[in-house]
Amino acid sequence: MADLTLENVEKHYGDVQAVRGVSLHVESGSFVVLVGPSGCGKSTLLRAIAGLEGVSSGSIRIGDRDVTDLAPRQRDIAMVFQSYALYPYLTVLENIAFGLRARKVPDAEIDERVHWAADMLSIGDFLDRYPRELSGGQRQRVAIGRAIVRDASLYLFDEPLSNLDAKLRDGMREELKRLHAEIGRTFVYVTHDQIEAMTLADRIVLLDGGVIEQDGPPLDLFERPKNRFVAGFLGSPPMNMLDVSVNGDEGLIQLADGQQLRAGEGTLPQHNGSCVWGIRPEHVSLSDGEVPSVEGIVDVVQPTGSRLFASVSVSGQRLTAELDAHAAIHVGRPITLSVAVERTVLFDKNDQRLV
Amino acid sequence: MTSWSTGWRLVLRLCLAVVVAVVFFFPICWLAAISLKSPEEIFAYPPVWIPETPNFSSYLTLFRDGDAWAVWNSLVTAGVSTVLAMVFGTLAAYAIVRYRTGGDHLAIWIISQRMIPPICVAFPIFLLYVSLGLIDTYVGLIVLYTAFNLPYVIWMMRGYIQDIPVDLEQSAMVDGLSRLAVIRKVVLPMVQGGFFATAVFTFIFAWNDFLFALILTRSEVVTYPVQVTGYFGSQSTFWSKIGAMSMLGVLPMMIVVGTMQRFIVRGMSMGAVKG
Repeated sequence: MADLTLENVEKHYGDVQAVRGVSLHVESGSFVVLVGPSGCGKSTLLRAIAGLEGVSSGSIRIGDRDVTDLAPRQRDIAMVFQSYALYPYLTVLENIAFGLRARKVPDAEIDERVHWAADMLSIGDFLDRYPRELSGGQRQRVAIGRAIVRDASLYLFDEPLSNLDAKLRDGMREELKRLHAEIGRTFVYVTHDQIEAMTLADRIVLLDGGVIEQDGPPLDLFERPKNRFVAGFLGSPPMNMLDVSVNGDEGLIQLADGQQLRAGEGTLPQHNGSCVWGIRPEHVSLSDGEVPSVEGIVDVVQPTGSRLFASVSVSGQRLTAELDAHAAIHVGRPITLSVAVERTVLFDKNDQRLV
Repeated sequence: MTSWSTGWRLVLRLCLAVVVAVVFFFPICWLAAISLKSPEEIFAYPPVWIPETPNFSSYLTLFRDGDAWAVWNSLVTAGVSTVLAMVFGTLAAYAIVRYRTGGDHLAIWIISQRMIPPICVAFPIFLLYVSLGLIDTYVGLIVLYTAFNLPYVIWMMRGYIQDIPVDLEQSAMVDGLSRLAVIRKVVLPMVQGGFFATAVFTFIFAWNDFLFALILTRSEVVTYPVQVTGYFGSQSTFWSKIGAMSMLGVLPMMIVVGTMQRFIVRGMSMGAVKG
């Protein structure tokens, strides 16, 4: 088990800059998730940590070793690939034991560790089968087993759940979290799925365009996003973004059609002028007539069983509200919605940063 | 009605299979029969299909006179050149696929070498071999067959290696293998079928070569196709020897192809369907 330090890591592919000066310290034993949209550089960064891609500049340290120029096999890491990367000509047992055999671990120890991993991942009954005889979820467990059976300093996961269906993904997420708690190793995990990032991580590193937009505990990013990109990326449905004018001195928010909301004293930052108002759908509710509210017309209603998502046209802009599953609303009818202003955020319209 | 037509279809298929088998096996059976016939039976009319008393004297003569060494010479030259071509060709194909050695067009250029009619280069190679002292040597034939087979091996192995997901190799490297160990423990098992199929065709090319073996050998490393032609004389033709020598030449190939049949079929269909 070791910590990981990236210093000013850059990666170019010709003229394209995939990673731009990323510096990051991952504490030993933590579960860090690199998340971001496609092409943000997260997988490139993970592959650079693994040694599967060289870096153009900067350095990578695992523990107290500078591994920047070392081959993957010299870095003492284990990795789970998106495609599982199981050897089709080997049984599950041989797949899991592959890394140990490559490192010339004695047979008795291999046997003990393979069975420990198989028990932990509930794949003990499949050890004699070939990968083609397993379901997607079972294959993924074998891939994880092949990684955890190694006594590595660092465990890397490259979108390991993205090939699974939604139900299996939920189950595997839970298992991964339990696994991390049990073995207590350093995990670096890449995903484009913000739910995975929020549920698994001790710490999220959100990337965009090859740079870290924000990193920290999941709730910090969710509740206090540094900029509009972070706010929009985390959360499902995403945060609503309304163009408004703010008068911070008087605690007023005005929409384009003239609707005004009076926020509580000290709720708004001392800022006057145009802003983007960020409102999470769960912070909008049917008005009870007491808290600040906005009026609009219901466009679309999407019941999910447990909740109901209503798309409402407010001042010519779209506002999604997460309401009670039995809320009595109808498409095309006017609606008044309350907004928990103290839980909303304002972004500068020019630089998109948190006001 | 359906079972009736299915039955007829089966019968037709079986008949077709029998016809094809007869067409392909008849020359071999005829050769085997000739090699065991007495001189009278060879020229008898109507033909004698099965010799009354199998006559092994032609085989005994081939071994006694040392002519059978030609089969050994063929085995050595074809076997060693196949091993060399497979080793170097596979490594070259790997480099082309994974390191993009030579850019996008090197593989095409390499296979284009195979399109040169061998007779065009026969004379220059003869002159070169004379000056290098490689005429009538194992080394000479082995080097030549290796060189001629390399483009084919590179081209075929390149296709098979391209089908291997790169994640498998990278996973093995993370697990602790060097690049060479990855080729041995991941790439080769993955392309096993194609590898053996390519090896068999490479071996067949060298085994059947007549042109270069005729030009570049004298007496020391005469291969079996050249040896067979020695029995066609201006005065007489030794049919029983031709039959016996041909059988000695055909048998190793039948053994090789028979044992590798599983791999050959799999190798030829590899990449046809994405698994």
